[in-house]
Amino acid sequence: MSRPLLLGAVAYDPKVVTIWDGFRAWFRARGLDLDYVLYSHYERQVEDLLAGRIDLAWNSPLAWIRAERLARARGLPLRTVAMRDTDRDLTSVIVVRADSDLHSPGDLRGRTVATGAVDSPQATLLPLALLRGLGVDPEADGTLLRFDVGVGLHGDHIGGERDAATALLAGRADAACLIDANLLLFGRDGTLPSASVRVLAQTEPYDHCNMSVAPQADPALVDQFGELLLSMSYADDSARPLLDLEGLKEWLPGRTDRYAALDQAVSDTGFYDPDGALGADDYRP
Amino acid sequence: MPTTIDLEGLGFDNGGHLLVNRALAGLEPGDRLVVRGRHPALGVHLAAWCRAEGHRLDPEAASPTIVRGRADRDRWRGAQRAGRTAADVVPHASREWGLAARGALVEPGGPALSVDWVDRDLVWADIAPQLYAQATANQWDPATAVDWTAAGSVPDDVEDAVVQVMTFLVENEQAALMIPARLLSRLHPHYREVMQLLAAQAADEARHMEIFTRRGLMHRDRLGLSGAGGRASLQTLLEEPDFTLASFLLSVLGEGSFLDLLHFLHRHAPDQVTADVTRLAARDEARHVAFGVAHTAHVVRTDPGFLHRLRTAVERRHAALADTAGLNKQVFDSLVVLAAGSWEPAAIARGWQDVLRLQQAMDSGRRRRLEYIGFPDDEAAALSALHTRNFM
Repeated sequence: MSRPLLLGAVAYDPKVVTIWDGFRAWFRARGLDLDYVLYSHYERQVEDLLAGRIDLAWNSPLAWIRAERLARARGLPLRTVAMRDTDRDLTSVIVVRADSDLHSPGDLRGRTVATGAVDSPQATLLPLALLRGLGVDPEADGTLLRFDVGVGLHGDHIGGERDAATALLAGRADAACLIDANLLLFGRDGTLPSASVRVLAQTEPYDHCNMSVAPQADPALVDQFGELLLSMSYADDSARPLLDLEGLKEWLPGRTDRYAALDQAVSDTGFYDPDGALGADDYRP
Repeated sequence: MPTTIDLEGLGFDNGGHLLVNRALAGLEPGDRLVVRGRHPALGVHLAAWCRAEGHRLDPEAASPTIVRGRADRDRWRGAQRAGRTAADVVPHASREWGLAARGALVEPGGPALSVDWVDRDLVWADIAPQLYAQATANQWDPATAVDWTAAGSVPDDVEDAVVQVMTFLVENEQAALMIPARLLSRLHPHYREVMQLLAAQAADEARHMEIFTRRGLMHRDRLGLSGAGGRASLQTLLEEPDFTLASFLLSVLGEGSFLDLLHFLHRHAPDQVTADVTRLAARDEARHVAFGVAHTAHVVRTDPGFLHRLRTAVERRHAALADTAGLNKQVFDSLVVLAAGSWEPAAIARGWQDVLRLQQAMDSGRRRRLEYIGFPDDEAAALSALHTRNFM
């Protein structure tokens, strides 16, 4: 048995314990001594990753941006070892009620836009950046109706998006920002009944979570971890329930070239400063 | 030319994925499916759906084009049927099938079922399906199957005897409910007819508990006596861990003898309600005995050496009860009074003879069933003689 590799994950839901308990047993059965610690929010996880207190962090895209900034400021290398197939090429959408008089993003000037939590890449930072790029800034020339559910979880908690969708239908907002998967989910579960909303704008594809590697982590161990992770098969009935819970069919090598839009949104809003320090005044993870 | 599907106005928020799934089912992983449609959010929905389902949307294609993934195939790789068909009762049921219906295709993984009996020949009888059909057809409602208004007047002394006998019957029925209930929780549901039969049996006993209690309390506000020896006898049945041995001791020997007792009570019933409750219970008990006999005979046919274990079980139970009184004297006396119908000396003498004849009938019934199972005459007689004095 090798030295334990310590992985950090954010407990955005009780199932996280089941998932990482299962993964730990799966890795140990294959000769890699993996253990995990849970964090209540991403900010402490990223700080611990850079401090070398954990070897790996199952990071949100926003957490990756911060980790990268912190690493750069300290002259440390940062890499990612894997991501889920479902972390690639996501989009966010801005939806309006099907019968509304809004037909282009520009029509949202002066209107109320509902978003997810302050730190949600998919339901706040990216769609608002899209609107700003099109000349609409709900914070400056309209009203921003933000649903701060699970602050610190970087939008992993679905509650903020559901509240935004509900506010849209109830007429309390003129538009709502959602990730594409939740547009589908809310359409199917009745939160947004069929034909009740219309897509006004859609972001370019971006990537979501990745498994970030601490600069101090043992490269050989991390490589072994990565190889095992990528070998995990959906056809393996000991792994499949864990993959189902974690929402993927296949682990893929991590890639970091689809975070540019989020990085730009973070800079534009000053959510983090260039060295990775917390910048957003109203962010209290 | 790739396969193409047209969803027309159908969206993924009201069932569009069903048509897409149907089209993908006929394709191989890597094959392409062009999806056409007019739903305004089709592109957004399709991308999110494909991502979640393990398919890929080709970003280069002019029309939305799915590249079929393999996750659905992977999920069912290595899946096995829990028996070839719903009618196929296999010799060995896998615990990995869990609670899957017989004949269902079982996805690998999931919890294994914690049950003891997974081998057909340890629990089966070919007559089980017919007996179960009969059991469900013959269920009756205690509220209406007995005419509780037909109480009639019964002499006080005879009523006391009825109350004591009913108290004894309830105690026995409680044991007879707990035993199949314990057995069926340890049985693989692949042998579902046996499980259903045991469940029906438990339900039968629940009704018997009710009607005997109700008859016992019809003219009295309290029930009779419970002897320690009788309870010790029933306790040995509850403690038998083996399916076949428990079924043999309970149904072949115990309920078989009990059946004779119920016929006796029916014949000597001092009122219509007593006659009804004993008749109804006897009808159910006959079915329990039929399964016990058929199952034990099935086991002996597949393994003649099992006769030895049956013999040992009877001897062991006899030894365990050697120091107990078995049937309490109040029950025996009550049977005599019931058969006599009064305290006249001549009637008592007749009642006494009737109870002796009952014991002989019980003995000959047990011997007959033991011989049917496969014991030679002399052994059947010897084993019958070792049966508990408590009847059950």
